[in-house]
Amino acid sequence: MSPIISVSNLSKTYGSGFKALKDINLDIVKGEIFALLGPNGAGKTTLISIICGIANPTEGRISIGGHDIIRDYRAARSMIGLVPQELHTDAFESVWATVSFSRGLFGKPKNPDHIEKVLKDLSLWDKKDNKIITLSGGMKRRVMIAKALSHEPQILFLDEPTAGVDVELRKGMWEVVRTLQQSGVTIILTTHYIEEAEEMADRIGVINKGEIILIEDKATLMQKLGKKQLTLQLQNRLDAVPPALAAYSLELSDDGHAVTYDYDTKGDRTGITSLLNDLRNAGIRISDLDTRQSSLEDIFVSLVRQV
Amino acid sequence: MNYRAIQAIYLFEMARTWRTLLQSIVSPVVSTSLYFVVFGAAIGSRITEVEGVSYGTFIVPGLVMLSVLTQSISNASFGIYFPKFAGTIYEILSAPISYFEIVIGYVGAAATKSIILGLIILATAGLFVPLHIQHPVWMLTFLVLTAVTFSLFGFIIGIWADGFEKLQMIPMLVVTPLTFLGGSFYSVNMLPSGWRTITLFNPVVYLISGFRWSFYEIADVSVGLSLGMTAAFLVACMVIVAWIFRTGYRLKN
Repeated sequence: MSPIISVSNLSKTYGSGFKALKDINLDIVKGEIFALLGPNGAGKTTLISIICGIANPTEGRISIGGHDIIRDYRAARSMIGLVPQELHTDAFESVWATVSFSRGLFGKPKNPDHIEKVLKDLSLWDKKDNKIITLSGGMKRRVMIAKALSHEPQILFLDEPTAGVDVELRKGMWEVVRTLQQSGVTIILTTHYIEEAEEMADRIGVINKGEIILIEDKATLMQKLGKKQLTLQLQNRLDAVPPALAAYSLELSDDGHAVTYDYDTKGDRTGITSLLNDLRNAGIRISDLDTRQSSLEDIFVSLVRQV
Repeated sequence: MNYRAIQAIYLFEMARTWRTLLQSIVSPVVSTSLYFVVFGAAIGSRITEVEGVSYGTFIVPGLVMLSVLTQSISNASFGIYFPKFAGTIYEILSAPISYFEIVIGYVGAAATKSIILGLIILATAGLFVPLHIQHPVWMLTFLVLTAVTFSLFGFIIGIWADGFEKLQMIPMLVVTPLTFLGGSFYSVNMLPSGWRTITLFNPVVYLISGFRWSFYEIADVSVGLSLGMTAAFLVACMVIVAWIFRTGYRLKN
């Protein structure tokens, strides 16, 4: 299947000479939730801005549903709903007016039923006649999502959608995003909350210093890099791992009182049973054990550090 | 053409006008009335006639133009500056809408507002002095042309400005002096010949002269020249706007 968004060889150099993006290649599959992770200033927002038409690319091409974003900008842009990171709203407009305005701006005929549904889904219905300036930060964020959904986009960009949103509301927004995905909308989100990507995403891209350093299915990523680690506390100090246990590539702690064993829970065999057997055969006694799984956050931190 | 988007921007901007009706309409009407009291009644009583027209009547077209010029610029510059300032411009830039359509929406709304205002001021003037308009069609043509041209000019200022000070600077430092010196309150023929020549470099002279001609058939310069100069300024503004959008100046980086 051809990708719904295709970014090829995209580079962006600002007037100051700063290279914000370097040769980005990225395909987004229709219907997926793609999470773009990266530290501050990595280029996430620049990438989204270029795709949505807010900034100009320096080099490279982008197509949305087969439409080039420059040559065929009308067709390309009408597929996209954008929720930017900053809370940019018209202070003195009512919620209803600003959301209806967005729909008109994207060239869609009036449809009060759709606007009503969007506002209800985002728990904004009882605020529809309020001026935006009177709303809380979390509500303003949802108004911006409502604006982006007002014209029934096939692709939704959420740039840090849950920044400054409390836990309760965040869960509610995840629900909205999932429902959207079920209705066939492709979602690209950037986030600082790794937990959010872990919870929501089908695929994950990591961007750092303007370069995409990894794109992977979340499950594969978790499996590939998300090893489990078993730590065994030993009753007696060991000077070295006995040769009989070499096959397990155990790592001995500095004090000689613990060994760690990396294994893969998704594999056919974890090797734990035989390891414990072989330890007993070697006369090594265990006083305690502990396992831990590396989270996406560990993976992310180690990836960004490497570069 | 994305007509719905043009309509959305136009109605959005007009809604802002209705919301701020008091300062939009009332304050220009009050200041025009003040001009009438000061120039028309107090000073005008000492100046009997200018080129066969009573002074109070003579200044009506100039006063209307003064308001239309300044209001067009301030409406249009604020209209586009505010989304830039508030950040809501992101939505306009990401919408499936051409630059041409953006300009029609914003400039159309700003011009509409100042045309309505010009007509209100004309009606207010009618309360002070008897009005008669010799060429109503030409009067409207000059009114619309001026409103559109200076709304475009205001749009350019709104895009160029990166602070509220700059937004005020051009209207305060350039447009108001040009308007005052452009024959709003006097006939250019009343000036000594050296000044008259200098005055002819002021574009506003042509606007006011042409507009006054449509009322009383008296003009400082020929009507054709007035029309030509106004059209030339309109084209110049269009060229600059086209350049702004082509390069993304102050809008996109």
